[in-house]
Amino acid sequence: MATSRIGQVLFGPIISNNPIALQILGICSALAVTTSMNVSLVMCVAVTLVTGFSNAAVSAIRDYIPSSIRIIVQMVVIASLVIVVDQILKAFFYDISKQLSVFVGLIITNCIVMGRAEGFAMKNGVGISFLDGIGNGIGYSVVLIIVAFFRELFGAGSLFGVTIFELDRNGGWYNPNGMMLLPPSAFFIIGFLIWGLRTLKPEQIEEA
Amino acid sequence: MVFHGADHYISIFLRSIFVENLALAFFLGMCTFLAISKNVKTAMGLGIAVVVVQAVTVPINNLLYNFVLKQGSLSWLGSGYAEVDLTFLSLITFIGVIAAVVQILEMTLDRFFPPLYIALGIFLPLITVNCAIMGGSLFMEQREYDFLEASVFGLGSGIGWALAIVALAGIREKMKYSDVPPPLRGLGITFITVGLMAIAFMSFGGI
Repeated sequence: MATSRIGQVLFGPIISNNPIALQILGICSALAVTTSMNVSLVMCVAVTLVTGFSNAAVSAIRDYIPSSIRIIVQMVVIASLVIVVDQILKAFFYDISKQLSVFVGLIITNCIVMGRAEGFAMKNGVGISFLDGIGNGIGYSVVLIIVAFFRELFGAGSLFGVTIFELDRNGGWYNPNGMMLLPPSAFFIIGFLIWGLRTLKPEQIEEA
Repeated sequence: MVFHGADHYISIFLRSIFVENLALAFFLGMCTFLAISKNVKTAMGLGIAVVVVQAVTVPINNLLYNFVLKQGSLSWLGSGYAEVDLTFLSLITFIGVIAAVVQILEMTLDRFFPPLYIALGIFLPLITVNCAIMGGSLFMEQREYDFLEASVFGLGSGIGWALAIVALAGIREKMKYSDVPPPLRGLGITFITVGLMAIAFMSFGGI
């Protein structure tokens, strides 16, 4: 397989075919876990790994899956991987696992994982499917990190829990924007992000 | 099992519809929420399907969780099983139940209510991967609801989700007449609309 194909599969989803901004996949968790950088980073790693390995596993058994029950087979593969991730998080990162609450479990129904398993892994080889999964995971992560960056910086004046803007309640100058920590701000940030992306890439504009 | 007064259940019901709306406060089921809200009619069909599946799966998962998976819940099998803790299997159990219920519902509707089956047809399989359904079951587990509370919560959260998607579809239908900047058309403006709706729903928070 040509090097250009690998590059395209791995890096294409970051800007030109972003799972969140263009494919409308995996939006639920993108909005919910982005109030702080730490939590979103963990979520990104978890989703990227699950997408990569589930793609590889589904691709490896793709010739043996009867098409009528393929959704259930994919679900079982994904659910098993998510259970592994959930147990690892509970064992080593208990605080973060508490903050993510139900959203670790919801990786199962994250449409990126399902969508790539169904759309790519069912038709392609193991190696390239794995890369496709990782690539889409990274595309997802980029959006998550950008959203989390703005929300944590303007909502709490910090990044990764380290203070950047001294808050006024601690004697500093910055008056935190509480709305950034509330759900609606995530919608606005992603909305503006899509606006920016499509201004740069006019071919992504939808016909209204 | 503890029995509460009726006001307790009414409070869970109203809270799950308005204050803790699955779509607008927890962002669950967003993918289908954004993709299938272009017109009111299809949004209504999907909304009804979600209400039905949610109202059935949450109580079933609640029974399974309380009598099979929870630590110590297998004690009815004999004292040797009193310490068994199967909670780590809850994710795979819940998704299995959801997939099965959706499949059964599809077959039942096909056999007994063909008009409804045709109306909901394409949406039913989609519901398996709708995180609102899975999320409902996971919240039920996390908040340790009993069976009655779970039934009320399942119904309420389904209705809340349906309400939100129909409202969004209504707004998007009207938006055809507005002059949106081209790069913002479609997905972009929808996100911003949903953000404004979420702010509106937050005003229920004080109830």
